[in-house]
Amino acid sequence: MPIDVYLNVTVAGILTGLVYGLMALGLSVIFGVVRVVNFAHGEMMSIAMYLTVLLFSSLNLDPLVMLVPIAAVLFVFGYALQAGLINPFISRPEHSQFLLLVALALIIVNTLLIVFGPDARTVQTAYTFDSFQVGALIVDATKLYAGAAAIVVAALLFAFFRFAPLGKAIRACADNYTGALVVGLDVKRLYALTFGIGAACVGAAGVMMTLIVDVTPIIGPTYTLLAFVIVITGGLGSMAGALLGGLLIGVTEALAGLLFTPSAKSMFAFAILVLVLLFRPQGILGRRSI
Amino acid sequence: MAAKTPIETPTKTPAHLADRFARLAASVFGDVAPRAMILLGTLLALLLVAPWLINDYLLTVLIVVLYFAFTGQAWNIMMGFAGQLSLGHAIYAGLGGYIAAVLFARFGIAPWLGFLAVIPVAAACGATIGFLAFRFRVAGVYFAILTIAFAEFARIGFDHLDYVNASAGLFLPVAQYAHNDLWHLRGNPTMFYYVILAAAALVFVLCRALLKSRVGYCWLAIREDEQAARAVGIDSFRYKMAAVMISAVITSFAGVFYAFFYNNLFPEQVFNISRSIEMILGPIIGGIGTLFGPILGAFVLTGLAEALNTTLVALGFDLPGAKQVFYGVCLLLVVVALPDGVWPWLARLIGVEEARR
Repeated sequence: MPIDVYLNVTVAGILTGLVYGLMALGLSVIFGVVRVVNFAHGEMMSIAMYLTVLLFSSLNLDPLVMLVPIAAVLFVFGYALQAGLINPFISRPEHSQFLLLVALALIIVNTLLIVFGPDARTVQTAYTFDSFQVGALIVDATKLYAGAAAIVVAALLFAFFRFAPLGKAIRACADNYTGALVVGLDVKRLYALTFGIGAACVGAAGVMMTLIVDVTPIIGPTYTLLAFVIVITGGLGSMAGALLGGLLIGVTEALAGLLFTPSAKSMFAFAILVLVLLFRPQGILGRRSI
Repeated sequence: MAAKTPIETPTKTPAHLADRFARLAASVFGDVAPRAMILLGTLLALLLVAPWLINDYLLTVLIVVLYFAFTGQAWNIMMGFAGQLSLGHAIYAGLGGYIAAVLFARFGIAPWLGFLAVIPVAAACGATIGFLAFRFRVAGVYFAILTIAFAEFARIGFDHLDYVNASAGLFLPVAQYAHNDLWHLRGNPTMFYYVILAAAALVFVLCRALLKSRVGYCWLAIREDEQAARAVGIDSFRYKMAAVMISAVITSFAGVFYAFFYNNLFPEQVFNISRSIEMILGPIIGGIGTLFGPILGAFVLTGLAEALNTTLVALGFDLPGAKQVFYGVCLLLVVVALPDGVWPWLARLIGVEEARR
């Protein structure tokens, strides 16, 4: 196979990987601060994807326009979830929090199945089949927009946690729970905000993802698992690690789809997970440095 | 268990064997409250005569109940006793089903012999997952995610494995059988019912024996506080490995049973994460770490789910996800309102509490 095929596939993998990274970033932020493993992460993304499909098919709204509104809807969803359901569980054993979110995931997937049916839905914009050509490199417009949007959202998030007072307060909660209580931070509200931010991340990723893949109700668990693989690969609780892991998994999947068969590509993501657990269990970029 | 066997080989007269059996039974069930024994005996007697009392539909439901009672108990060994949350138990059942089915469909090997081939594979699979996780300190929910990843790996792998017909599915030869062939597991539902009843009862006894053994106490110590357990000299790696391997082998038998009862296997179904979740719902709802919880949970959950299904069908709804939503709501309610499960609460009510574990 000529070399430019590999180049094209790698670039496509990087762009998809950026969206994966944004999705995993949401999971990482929630875990890094609230210490709750959001097992309904992929399911929350599929909610955002169905919202996108629904708004596109009924009002013909472009997914890129809906990025912010849908992320906002998911923010509210995440905030309410943490404030109403998960906050009382913070002091419960780890497995009990986990099972709470497993239950939620089960409800979301199958409610989507009941409402939308098992068929795949897709969004066909005016630029769905457009592509840009630079020399031998051909890039799908959808993937380029999706990747670029993912970079913008991730950069905003980094800036928020680095500079905004609220972002600093959230980091304080992550660093020292008791200390945060002592200096008078409303930890429960900050937790709810964090969960909302994580949900908004995955919501934005979901909107972008509809440009790249078809939506079915059962993709939720698949993406939950993928997000975990990415976060563990990149390093638990590390925001940069989540993005890096996303890129790595995105490129691996793209190349595996080229060299073997696309339907078997997630096997390679799992293989990476096992390798990381074997040789660098704390993930590529160490641990907890949000 | 029968650890105190004298060194000289005893003459194996029937009386001697009976005596040994009695001692074994006494060591396992000796300290069970009489009231609990009576209730257990009544339940067993009812289940034994059930095929004469109920119709075919209810018998099938009861088979499903006992299937989940069986798998729930197997999962409970890992999570309830040793404290290791596995969410990928479908892999053991799937492997068991596929191996036994292939051996039967291609070589005519009886499932009981096939199960002998399944045992080392399931044990090795459990050992691999356990080794990766426990050696590298992958604990808690990350262990759970690793188990899911393995089950998904198997699902996609089998989906591309032409030897087992890949995603087109593997079918067992079905014919009209004049009589029940227990050796080849070919026959009517009543035969399958007694097979799974015997299996579930056997695992119940085994769990009880395990809990009363040294291994059981070590598991509980690890579950409660692994560091403390290690400090008093328990080799936690070894005992956790034992838990995952025992649980894997038991679960794999459920897979063999499933394959021969339903006569078809699809990777998308048998390795699906929802299968793993179905297996753990019973013990969670019944009560993690209790002996009877998984069994009660299977009755409650399957019973309610079937009732819901029947009602929906009667009302003219055809909602493929309704049962799963119901499972989700049940799980949510139990986790929020009854974190210890239904059984500890019910047991207090009827005065047959299990020893606090």
